[in-house]
Amino acid sequence: MSKHTVSIDINGTTVTKEVDSRMLLVHFIREELQMTGTHIGCDTSSCGACTILMNGRSVKSCTLYTVQANGKSVKTIEGMEEGGALHPLQEGFHEEHGLQCGFCTPGMIMRAAELLEKNPNPSEEEIRWGISGNLCRCTGYVNIVKAIQYAAEKMQKEAA
Amino acid sequence: MSELKTTPEVCGMGHSMKRKEDARFLRGQGKYTDDVVLPGMLHMDIVRSPYAYAKIKSINTDAAMAIPGVHAVITGDVLKQYNLHWMPTLMSDTQMVLPTDTVMYQSQEVAAVIADDRYIAADAVEAVEVEYEPMQAVVDPFKSMQSDAPVLRTDKEGKTDNHIWHWETGDKDSTEKAFQNADVVVKENVYLPRIHVASIETCGCVASFEPAEGKLTVYMTTQAPHAIRTVVALVAGHVGLSEEKIRIISPDIGGGFGGKVPVYPGYVIAIAASVVIGKPVKWVEDRSENLQADSFARDYHMSVELASSSSGKMEALRIKTVADHGYTDAAANPSKYPAGMFSICTGSYDIKNAFTEMDAYYTNKPPGGVAYRCSFRVTEAIHAIERIVDVLAQKLDRDPADLRMQNFIQPEAFPYQSALGWEYDSGDYPRALKLAMDTIGYDDLRKEQAEKRAKGELMGIGLSTFTEVVGAGPSKDFDILGIKMFDSCELRIHPTGKAIARFGTKSQGQGHETTYAQILAEELGIPAAHIQIEEGDTDTAPYGLGTYASRSTPTAGAAAAKAAHKVRDKARKIAAHLLEVSEEDLEWEVGKFYVKGSPEQSKTIQDIAFAAYTNHPQGLEAGLEATHYYDPPNLTFPFGSYICVVDIDPKTAEIKVRRFVAIDDCGNIINPMIVEGQIHGGLTQGLAPAMYEELIYDEDGNILNGNFMDYLLPTAVETPNWETDRTVTPSPHHPLGAKGVAESPTVGAPPAIANAVVDALSHLGVENMDIPITPYKVWQVLKEKGAVA
Ligand code: FES
Ligand code: FES
Repeated sequence: MSKHTVSIDINGTTVTKEVDSRMLLVHFIREELQMTGTHIGCDTSSCGACTILMNGRSVKSCTLYTVQANGKSVKTIEGMEEGGALHPLQEGFHEEHGLQCGFCTPGMIMRAAELLEKNPNPSEEEIRWGISGNLCRCTGYVNIVKAIQYAAEKMQKEAA
Repeated sequence: MSELKTTPEVCGMGHSMKRKEDARFLRGQGKYTDDVVLPGMLHMDIVRSPYAYAKIKSINTDAAMAIPGVHAVITGDVLKQYNLHWMPTLMSDTQMVLPTDTVMYQSQEVAAVIADDRYIAADAVEAVEVEYEPMQAVVDPFKSMQSDAPVLRTDKEGKTDNHIWHWETGDKDSTEKAFQNADVVVKENVYLPRIHVASIETCGCVASFEPAEGKLTVYMTTQAPHAIRTVVALVAGHVGLSEEKIRIISPDIGGGFGGKVPVYPGYVIAIAASVVIGKPVKWVEDRSENLQADSFARDYHMSVELASSSSGKMEALRIKTVADHGYTDAAANPSKYPAGMFSICTGSYDIKNAFTEMDAYYTNKPPGGVAYRCSFRVTEAIHAIERIVDVLAQKLDRDPADLRMQNFIQPEAFPYQSALGWEYDSGDYPRALKLAMDTIGYDDLRKEQAEKRAKGELMGIGLSTFTEVVGAGPSKDFDILGIKMFDSCELRIHPTGKAIARFGTKSQGQGHETTYAQILAEELGIPAAHIQIEEGDTDTAPYGLGTYASRSTPTAGAAAAKAAHKVRDKARKIAAHLLEVSEEDLEWEVGKFYVKGSPEQSKTIQDIAFAAYTNHPQGLEAGLEATHYYDPPNLTFPFGSYICVVDIDPKTAEIKVRRFVAIDDCGNIINPMIVEGQIHGGLTQGLAPAMYEELIYDEDGNILNGNFMDYLLPTAVETPNWETDRTVTPSPHHPLGAKGVAESPTVGAPPAIANAVVDALSHLGVENMDIPITPYKVWQVLKEKGAVA
């Protein structure tokens, strides 16, 4: 197994480590860095539980090798809080009861983060399509949509 | 419940308290089984059968063992040395842990590899060489029941066929007579396919045996940790695992829905591996393994008949079912109920004569028969009755709402004794249906439908007015493997007036850390924010049968109230001592005792708690705590009325759920926000099998859609914006008047959707369609009826 040294900015801190070429990014995050907020829900890139941001784009970390993240910046759910304050999305999921078992939640939040970055004021339809790569088995999505709307509103107010 | 008894600070019942458990989940700090890492932990992966039915000729593990980092390859022969190659199922059937000679379904566990990391384990799985001799699989239960079918369970001595059990209930003769004398009889074959709960977290465990102490700790995705501990002690007692040295920890669970009740071979192998190797072993299955090998739900072939008078009065119901249990009966029903609570099939209607019988068969498919977010087999029963009621309405040319109203059990008839033996606790079905009809604008919709039909447009309105039966259950009838289905709460009040309470249940997303705290807040006046709730660790929590079948509120929720009352009884003694009055002179008001007639003389629960540790009366034990094991006197019977409107594109047969109104009645409500969330989720898990989900097998027993690319879970795009509301009819026998809710919508939604689609096509002569109702199925029907070219 060939080894590679990677340097990745994770939530603002650069980590340099030697990894197997075949190690998936999700395993690197969960097992090498022991940041277990990023989850695994499938083996076909279908569920989105593993979603993170890489250079600001939401990606399914089960579908990338760690080496593909070399030199890039990665943001996970653990990096969403700022100065002890919840990100508006985290707050929205709490306020609108957008989570039950919580297993899909980190992936949903990371996906929604890019969605709102690109489209700060999405319609309900746009939100629904926007998170259609993320499966939730518990909530029926209604409150997830509301949570994202809550965050959109709050972020727009803050930006204004 | 009309008014709130507590302030928002106390946050008792009826407050939409934001969930306490969210704090860790929102930050990615939930601790699920796969997040557990122990020093020296090894990883397990499983070799699975490519065949549905085959002899194992040989297993060669040499190449796998030669891979650096591989510690062991465990086969059936290895487990046989410890007599651990078989295990009992929860239904007292038997199941292979690992085979020694034959595999019985595709993806069955054949061998397990233990290695340093998951990648090496996966390599080793590929390197295990297994030679099979395939045999012709029996996949269809109607073939399995034939006298010339090969006998599948040759491990069972003297077994000469594939029949598992026959079960029947009701009065056969009176039902037969009612059918003979009836004006009208309708009959339909209704199939509820194999589906899978597919919680987003799969199953797994970390088993850790410490040889020096002989102590086994298992972190495990289980909905019922206490029962699992006892099962492990019973199954592995002979290899030295004794119950006091077994600790099952059910950490955060990423959805359960019934799929995390059974004991899967993977758990047992991981435990055995840890005991043999003396190191912690982690096993977490892939999604594909989860869909292909873990317990399925449903797979009932039902033949349903309903008799009525010409004026529409329902007189008799008869259902004959063939149940496909796969390789073994690994359902998770109470012992006396092999078909669960299927006999709720008379539903919300006053039907005096009913008879139902069922035969279960083995096939070469994965075992199971678990619930999919429903109380034991209730979804099957309700689908049968709600479909056949619509068939009757169609036959009589009656409006399906009107026919239901005519036949409902009336509010004054409760407690109602059903023909099949249940005592329904409370209900007001006409009120719920009326509210649903008003909310959705039923009459206008019917007009719109008539206009659309005239223009060749396809629109359907579907109803479902169901009754659930949950909260198993009273000990005289309900047990699993002999263990009675009570549940428990152990409550301790700290000197500063804060509290901790532990339960025998286990939340998988239902929000117990919040709702149980609210129940205790209601009963004691201690703010819910100051009540810590714990579940899932068998070393600390009191014994209970766990969370499934909507039983947590009916059983453990009641236990919480009862434990609080015991604490209050003692608090009264302490308050009397502090106020120097007699106990009878005291009156309780949320959070304090005061002296009758002079309310300014009072002691708060916090004062009393402090005194319990600093100044307790002589002759009374110090401390303030209580435990209660609640044995419910009856089950609870939540109900609801759902109306669904669908539009079908006549050209593409695309089905769109335009509106869905769900009126639920689950008795008194602990947390309206959480109840609504549970209903949203349950409705979506009703939509899923109604329109998308089915595990499909070919005639050789190969699964055709065993992964998330092919097995379709609804996304946010397919899921409609559910419209919910409620009526409140308290349970008369539950201490809080509550009933349980999370599964009602999974039970009620599928027939509403099926009825809506059939309604849209009824003018073409369509009477029934089996779920999942896909555009392709609808298109075939349209083609057959000449409605599309
Ligand atoms: S784990 Fe399912 S998409 Fe990555
Ligand atoms: S909250 Fe459980 S999967 Fe979304």
